[in-house]
Amino acid sequence: MIISVASGKGGTGKTLVSTSLALSLKDDYDVTIADCDVEEPNDHIFLKPQITGNEPVNIQVPVVAEEKCTFCGKCAKVCAFNAIAVFGNHVLTFPQLCHGCGACSYLCPEKAITEEDRHIGVVEWGDAKGIEFVQGILTVGEAMAPPVIRQVKERACGEGIIIRDAPPGTSCPVVETIRDSDFCLLLTEPTPFGLNDLTLAVETVKELGIPFGVVINRTGAGDAGVEDYCKKEKIPVLMRIPLDTEIARIYSRGIALVDGMPGWKSRFVQLFKDIKEIADERTDSVKR
Amino acid sequence: MKIAITATGTTLENDVDARFGRCPYFIIVEPDTMEYEYIDNAGIQAGGGAGIAAAQMVVGKGAEAVLTGSCGPNAYNVLSPAGIKVFTGVAGNIRDVIEDYKEGRFKESAQANVSSHHGKG
Repeated sequence: MIISVASGKGGTGKTLVSTSLALSLKDDYDVTIADCDVEEPNDHIFLKPQITGNEPVNIQVPVVAEEKCTFCGKCAKVCAFNAIAVFGNHVLTFPQLCHGCGACSYLCPEKAITEEDRHIGVVEWGDAKGIEFVQGILTVGEAMAPPVIRQVKERACGEGIIIRDAPPGTSCPVVETIRDSDFCLLLTEPTPFGLNDLTLAVETVKELGIPFGVVINRTGAGDAGVEDYCKKEKIPVLMRIPLDTEIARIYSRGIALVDGMPGWKSRFVQLFKDIKEIADERTDSVKR
Repeated sequence: MKIAITATGTTLENDVDARFGRCPYFIIVEPDTMEYEYIDNAGIQAGGGAGIAAAQMVVGKGAEAVLTGSCGPNAYNVLSPAGIKVFTGVAGNIRDVIEDYKEGRFKESAQANVSSHHGKG
């Protein structure tokens, strides 16, 4: 079962919930955690894994043999990302913009375009106290997270429970992370910003057809907007985490919530039961 | 000799747009006769590589110089090998700017004057 933990707004507790959920379930299930926030992976801070392996992430970018090129411009025309420019007797490639689709080399009538690997990141894996740990790291300065995320997902393909910690926002990296999940938890906070970004995230998961529920972090602060919205839209609120100095103190030291405050473990186990119930309901209704 | 000017509108009475890749229009003008046409900037719709798309269009129009506010590295790397002179830091009413250009008041840029994505958002 794949559970993605996402949020529109950043800083709402994706990592807090992902790590504590994994730690709460690891004694009873095979648990894999996949840190898909490849621009800033941070699950490792709380899980302190032993890294046992890694592999590079490459994408294929075009190399043009100018002596074969007739400057017909077909490659530039087909490129959706303007990563290749043809003018006069010049052809220029912009590898940083290339998404590696291969259309230019496929369509080149002169077969003047070959492809070479461009290194954009790395996937690492290991063991964290019995949790199978996988994370992706996008090289600083690179723009394209999805190829790294895809490779993280390929590596984190265990039989048991897979928890994917998504990047914030609702753009391509988030869609890549959550697209084939069985359930998506949406983190938010009870503020106008939290509500605005939650509504965007809800639209995204609805478009993808993924069952979802909300966790509200830092309750007791802010306003009632998020609660009212969830009630109106009939979105289940599966957990509320209060604004609490002790939680903040533990977390700021790099200690997972359930490690620092073990009383929370039963609540995360219950959270998983609620998630499973909603996801199973969906599977049953699809079967029917 | 035609020049291309990044423009906020479609006539010589509009202003120079500060952005190269994401300006709404280019005015292509023959400074000696002041005959001109406007073209929609293909780059404005691009998810990425706006400057590259816009630069290819300007090259295709046969312009020999570009007057604009800012030009990023990717656009400059297309314009420069194509032999197009790039003048940055240009602002104000387009008709006035053309007069200034004819009198040689602008200095050609030897490199991009802003980083990538400067004029986006």
